[in-house]
Amino acid sequence: MLEIKNLHVKLEEEDKQILKGVDLTVEAGKVHAIMGPNGSGKSTLSYVLSGRDGYVVTDGTATLLGEDLLAMETEERAAAGLFLAFQYPVEIPGVGNMTFLRTALNAQRKARGEDEISAGDFLKLIRAKAKDLQIDADMLKRPVNVGFSGGEKKRNEILQMALLEPKMCILDETDSGLDVDAMKLVSEGVNALRDEGRGFLVITHYQRLLDHIHPDVVHIMSDGRIVKTGGPELALEVEKNGYADILEEVA
Amino acid sequence: MALAQAKLDLTETRLAEMPAPTGEAGWAGEARSAAVARVRAMGLPTRRDEYWKYTDPATLTQAAAPRAAVFDADGEVPLYADIDRLKLVFVDGVFDPDQSDDLAMEGVEIERLSDALKKDIHWARDLFGVLETRGQDPVERPLAALNTGFATDGIVIRATAKVARPISFVYLHRDETSDAMLHHVVRVEKGAEVTVLENGPAAARFNKCMEIDVADGGAFHHVRAQGRDHERRAVTHMFARVGAGSTYKSFSLTANGAMTRNEHVIELTGDDAIAHVAGAAMGDGANAPFHHDDTVFVTHDAQCCESRQVFKKVLRNGAEGVFQGKILVKPDAQKTDGYQISQALLLDEDSSFQAKPELEIYADDVQCSHGSTTGAIDETALYYLRSRGVPASEATDLLVLAFLAEAIDEIEDPRLQDDIRSRLEQWLSRRRRS
Repeated sequence: MLEIKNLHVKLEEEDKQILKGVDLTVEAGKVHAIMGPNGSGKSTLSYVLSGRDGYVVTDGTATLLGEDLLAMETEERAAAGLFLAFQYPVEIPGVGNMTFLRTALNAQRKARGEDEISAGDFLKLIRAKAKDLQIDADMLKRPVNVGFSGGEKKRNEILQMALLEPKMCILDETDSGLDVDAMKLVSEGVNALRDEGRGFLVITHYQRLLDHIHPDVVHIMSDGRIVKTGGPELALEVEKNGYADILEEVA
Repeated sequence: MALAQAKLDLTETRLAEMPAPTGEAGWAGEARSAAVARVRAMGLPTRRDEYWKYTDPATLTQAAAPRAAVFDADGEVPLYADIDRLKLVFVDGVFDPDQSDDLAMEGVEIERLSDALKKDIHWARDLFGVLETRGQDPVERPLAALNTGFATDGIVIRATAKVARPISFVYLHRDETSDAMLHHVVRVEKGAEVTVLENGPAAARFNKCMEIDVADGGAFHHVRAQGRDHERRAVTHMFARVGAGSTYKSFSLTANGAMTRNEHVIELTGDDAIAHVAGAAMGDGANAPFHHDDTVFVTHDAQCCESRQVFKKVLRNGAEGVFQGKILVKPDAQKTDGYQISQALLLDEDSSFQAKPELEIYADDVQCSHGSTTGAIDETALYYLRSRGVPASEATDLLVLAFLAEAIDEIEDPRLQDDIRSRLEQWLSRRRRS
């Protein structure tokens, strides 16, 4: 599904190398988690994969289903099936959430050569998906993420994911800013999307999200590299002993 | 003070070209000569005048109208198409009865200006050129006086009740060198209400003046869209006197146009009066120059009045935007609530926006605020939209519409709001395809 090889990335504005050779393969149907201390490059990896400005790839490759991600525009990556759930979802005053969701869905359908969805069908679809995430009509009407609580913003991210049905989902610290109930709700939303044809990359600081979204593989990232890979037990080890022990061990 | 020779020459050359109106009643003739005298005394504006510092009036004052190609709307649904309205059509500034609806409607008297000016007794006598004259102080507006002096066509409206359907002026442009002048007069009687719609470029060059007198408890609503002909030029003046407990609301949409100068001169003369003026302008200098100037002067001359000015401009490819807005609060205008915001979204570094917000307050118990911002598009929002698959150009348009929304929201009638919004979307999507 997602294949990253020897990925090196630096900041555009300053001569600072953030990723120093990331190798990572996420298979269809699997959930991979990336854990790591602050500043290890986890979020940078998610931004680079989604095509955010401000980063320069100096070496390596990243492909989605064999297609070169790095050669595509941000919107082409989305249409190819990549989805990033933001750590900090962006507020867009003046753009209604419904308009935003319909525009995004239709843009992706159009890019794939499919017909646009009718207003009536869209309404049915969005109501059903929103209900599962306990998103009410008011949240759909309001401007995108404006005045949303932390939990509402994250639920809105998962709603977008459910609507757009991407092939590869990257969740960047989706647990940050969530209380226990919200975390459960968001996790259920993610788990409902798990299927044979879809891959997940879950970026998190803490093990607690992984109690709800069970990973198949856990990676530890440090200083721009994946330094250790293991099963779910690796996350428990981090929770128990912190990163220091693991980092010392691999140093 | 004597006028500078250059100004004097400019003014006399232009006046010599203007055909004097004939066959009008005595009072109309007096109003005409007084207006011409005002033009002579003030002189036509030049770039050296403070009030024209940011907008060069040369093409508005020169004798002949510069050529403007007629915009091809290419089968688009015209504005207000679904709104039930009384349609009055002007072609290159001349009223066309054949394309227009019958002038009769319940609760309102509608007449051609040329007919009204021929009558010995007419209500318009108290307003024609009168509000324009009041609006010449403290800032001179010679192009409005020129209009009073020479405009031979236009509509006079006297609303005596709540008028059910909007009165819609449709300004068609057919001749590439047409030079049109229209003068409308609107009187809203006590407790009456009327909505006036305007759309279209009217001519290659258009000078329009509207005088609006809203009596106590009346309401005047105005929504206009100025034509999209890239090379068209327009100077417009709205002179309004707003009485106690009455409402004046005006919204303008501008897309394209080499030159647009829209002036609003509003006097709140009765307690608890409300005046809202708003504008959304979208300019692209790629195919032709774009220059758009909103100049607003609101005078609070009574207590507990509210005024709002909301102006938004989206500019790209060297487009120029100007805002000059003033709130004057006279000594007795206590409990005034005045608000003014002008904002520009510059989509590139070639475009520019000049703002001159002014407050002049002589009362001590008032609430007045003003703000002006100039900014680029929100890159983070753009990235977020693109990350969901929305192409960059479409994402930009979504953000453009969002930016203009605050001005469009000032329109009171939701049907007109929707109409303006959907038309803007249509224009933007057509632009993306071309």
